Amino acid sequence: MSETRQFCSFYLDHLLFGIESQKIQEVVAYRELRPVPLAPASVSGLMNLRGQVVVALELRRQLELAERPAAVVPVCLIVRAELGTVCLLADEVGNVIEVEEETFEPAPETLSPRLRSVILGVHKLEGQLMHVLDTDRACAIHAASLAAAG
Amino acid sequence: MNDSDDIVKEFLVESHENLDRLDRDLVDLEKHPSDKEILASIFRTIHTIKGTSGFLGFGKLEAVTHVGESLLARLRDGQLSLHPELTTALLAMVDAVRQMLARIEEAGNEGERDDQKLIATLTRLGQSASPPPTPAPEASSRAHLEPPLPESSPVELPPETAMPIPLDVSAAKVPVQELPRTVVELSPEPPAKPPEPPEASSPQPAAGQSASESTIRVDVGLLDQLMNLVGELVLARNQILQFTKHTEETGLVTAGQRLNLIASELQENVMKTRMQPIGNVWGRFPRTVRDVALACGKQVRIQMQGQETELDKTLIEAIKDPMTHLVRNAVDHGVESPDARRSAGKDPVGVLQLRAFHEGGQVNIEISDDGSGLNLAKVAQKAVQKGLISADQAARLSEREAANLVFLPGLSTAEKVTNDSGRGVGMDVVKTNIERIGGTVDLQSTPGKGTSVKIKIPLTLAIVPALMVTSAGERYAIPQVSLLELVGLDGEQARKGVEMIHGVPVYRLRGRLLPLVYLKQVLKTGPPESAVADDAPTLPEGGFERVNIVVLQADGRKFGLVVDEISDTEEIVVKPLGRHLKQISVYAGATIMGDGKVALIMDVLGLAQSSSIVAETHERARAEQEQARADGAEVQKLVLFSGRSGSRMAVPLSMLARLENIPGADVERSGNQWVTQYRGQILRLIRISHALEERRNLPDSNDILTLPTSANLQVLVLEDQGRSFGLVVNQILDIVESGSGPQSAPTRSGVLYSSVIAERVTELLDVAAILATGEPYEPIPARAASAARS
Repeated sequence: MSETRQFCSFYLDHLLFGIESQKIQEVVAYRELRPVPLAPASVSGLMNLRGQVVVALELRRQLELAERPAAVVPVCLIVRAELGTVCLLADEVGNVIEVEEETFEPAPETLSPRLRSVILGVHKLEGQLMHVLDTDRACAIHAASLAAAG
Repeated sequence: MNDSDDIVKEFLVESHENLDRLDRDLVDLEKHPSDKEILASIFRTIHTIKGTSGFLGFGKLEAVTHVGESLLARLRDGQLSLHPELTTALLAMVDAVRQMLARIEEAGNEGERDDQKLIATLTRLGQSASPPPTPAPEASSRAHLEPPLPESSPVELPPETAMPIPLDVSAAKVPVQELPRTVVELSPEPPAKPPEPPEASSPQPAAGQSASESTIRVDVGLLDQLMNLVGELVLARNQILQFTKHTEETGLVTAGQRLNLIASELQENVMKTRMQPIGNVWGRFPRTVRDVALACGKQVRIQMQGQETELDKTLIEAIKDPMTHLVRNAVDHGVESPDARRSAGKDPVGVLQLRAFHEGGQVNIEISDDGSGLNLAKVAQKAVQKGLISADQAARLSEREAANLVFLPGLSTAEKVTNDSGRGVGMDVVKTNIERIGGTVDLQSTPGKGTSVKIKIPLTLAIVPALMVTSAGERYAIPQVSLLELVGLDGEQARKGVEMIHGVPVYRLRGRLLPLVYLKQVLKTGPPESAVADDAPTLPEGGFERVNIVVLQADGRKFGLVVDEISDTEEIVVKPLGRHLKQISVYAGATIMGDGKVALIMDVLGLAQSSSIVAETHERARAEQEQARADGAEVQKLVLFSGRSGSRMAVPLSMLARLENIPGADVERSGNQWVTQYRGQILRLIRISHALEERRNLPDSNDILTLPTSANLQVLVLEDQGRSFGLVVNQILDIVESGSGPQSAPTRSGVLYSSVIAERVTELLDVAAILATGEPYEPIPARAASAARS
């Protein structure tokens, strides 16, 4: 019997992603964010999480995916990462998925370099693939976008 | 081995405290070599560290402290007397101990090090000056371990505790009841040296020195957490108070008020837990002063006043380095060598004074020396040399302004570069660091008498009063410490008030040009600056109904921040922005408002820097100077006014400090002059009608002595070469640019030339000459003396 791991899954642009469930503090409904002028593009704004000021990052921009359609209200994944508590904006939350080690495979070479730097690999699930996010990298700000923000 | 980790941790904390005291004690001891109490205290500290390090198996630490202890024992017994070499060696030992402790804290061991030289020195010193051959230092130290101080309570060792312990219990700083368990775990480790018999009478290490029952040690992290929670509570209270405003229910209103009171009190008290006396930082200065003084062959005595003045722990940390720098600087550059002092008729021993006190919700710190003071002329000359200011600006500097030039980056007046200071960096860093925490620095210097640096910093950073403003629909908080005043321009004023100089918007604030910064533009939330022609003063964002200017000060420079709306001031809880946004310098943090929304806190210094107010000021001053020269100095701003007879006169705007309306009743007589009390100083008033030549023969003593009858006097406060005086005029008319029209020769003394300005013949006054003629009975100096300065 191989080891199983729990992932909290979510969708971005119809792709299934997963973050290890221990890293997720909670999932909260989208609320108004305070925009931060001059901030890197992937910083959507600041959120008041019960008195704590938390930076909200747009995962689609972090992963260089297409912009979210205006009609889709994102959800907030509150993640404990290296840089502290961060809010990641995703399209929709999925189930908590338990996977076995065997189904894991590293990311294919042909993936875009940016995506590949943030994804540890994929779990081959029935009918679909789940991209496993490297939480710390996904919560860090890409150096290039930092430079652009000046 | 968790228990042992705890012991090590406690050992480190306690030892650090003890070492800080040790530095101070040793320097004190040097001054009072016969003070038994200080010696006993030093001895006790070293003994404690030695004992515990042996107990915990830190052999190298023990070896060093052991020889030190032996040396101290002989000092205490009067077999040796203190001399500088000895003190230096002992201080070196303290440093070695400190290094080892730091290493233990980081890596858990003492590290690879060779202390043989130090040990040899200490041993040699311990033996050299001792006339009778003494037994091995080890023996002597033990032989003399009588209870040194009665004030500290001896450790009471219950028999059952003392029995199984083969170690030096005397020094273990573990609470007695924990001893058995701890020691059983540790005892398999062989002690690094033959165990000493337990000395039951050994004193408890006096860590806090005050009553240990009434104080406990608390983790700073816990206090920070408490502070955060209180911040939350304050916010929740604000929300509830907003609800109670709209309710009729008296029960809720009363409860809300109670909550209000309790939250405020709680906030105040939790803030107090983070307060530390400034003496904690100062404790190391006697040592610093001694070392620096010794290194540069000076004699300096340090005096401290107000060590108990408390301020927030984070602020204590923040001022540590700037203060150390200032102290070093004062000794290295401020105080003269003993010979120079003697020939100047001063005590060869210089005095460095540190003073701290609370005033107006701020902490004031003064660092002053009684040295030679700054050579202001040299400072100004250097600043000109380095291109930091222009020669013309230098000539116009007041003494105080000149003294504060040392805070400019890249200015060092030290003739020679020494190890400790004088590398041309430093003072600007000191200033930046202090301004970062919302403080101010001011330097005053009297030639021959000394230099004094005054630092003002807020009590705490966690909760600050701030002005709330709105820009592009979002709220921002501006810390009130940087706020000078608010200016609102309406209608006509809004359209005409903002003018452009070479594309840079400015506002005339009481006659002085105030550079304007549009928050929308800095944050790039508004439309980009439209192309503005130099000669067409249009607003960067045209069509303002009202212009709100927040006048701010950063790095000694004033500037106006233009925002959409100004709300009121609020006490805000500063929250860190997180590392994602740290590199954006215009924000100091974020806060949560009463309605639960997040607002950004502006960093005024960062704002000034990012909009080039501070960094490029000097550049711009130079550029403007050159521009003026290129234009043949023809274009000049002038203040236009009329004299008693209605004739038009003007003075350069650059000399004007302020325009004032002074009530006639406020004018007093001093000798044969009119004076008034103005901003805490006596301002000389010169009537334009008396100053000019045609009236020279008229004033009789009556006229001079009669006080004004009119209700209000219009006064131009002028500054010339550091002197300021008030020019009483009939009416202030306008500020204009001088034309390039023909200039005719002066018609009378006190006038530089006449020219056609704004279609009227106008006399341009020679301020220097008028100032000289201010005393009516003095002869007018030759015209040549009045340097033509236009």
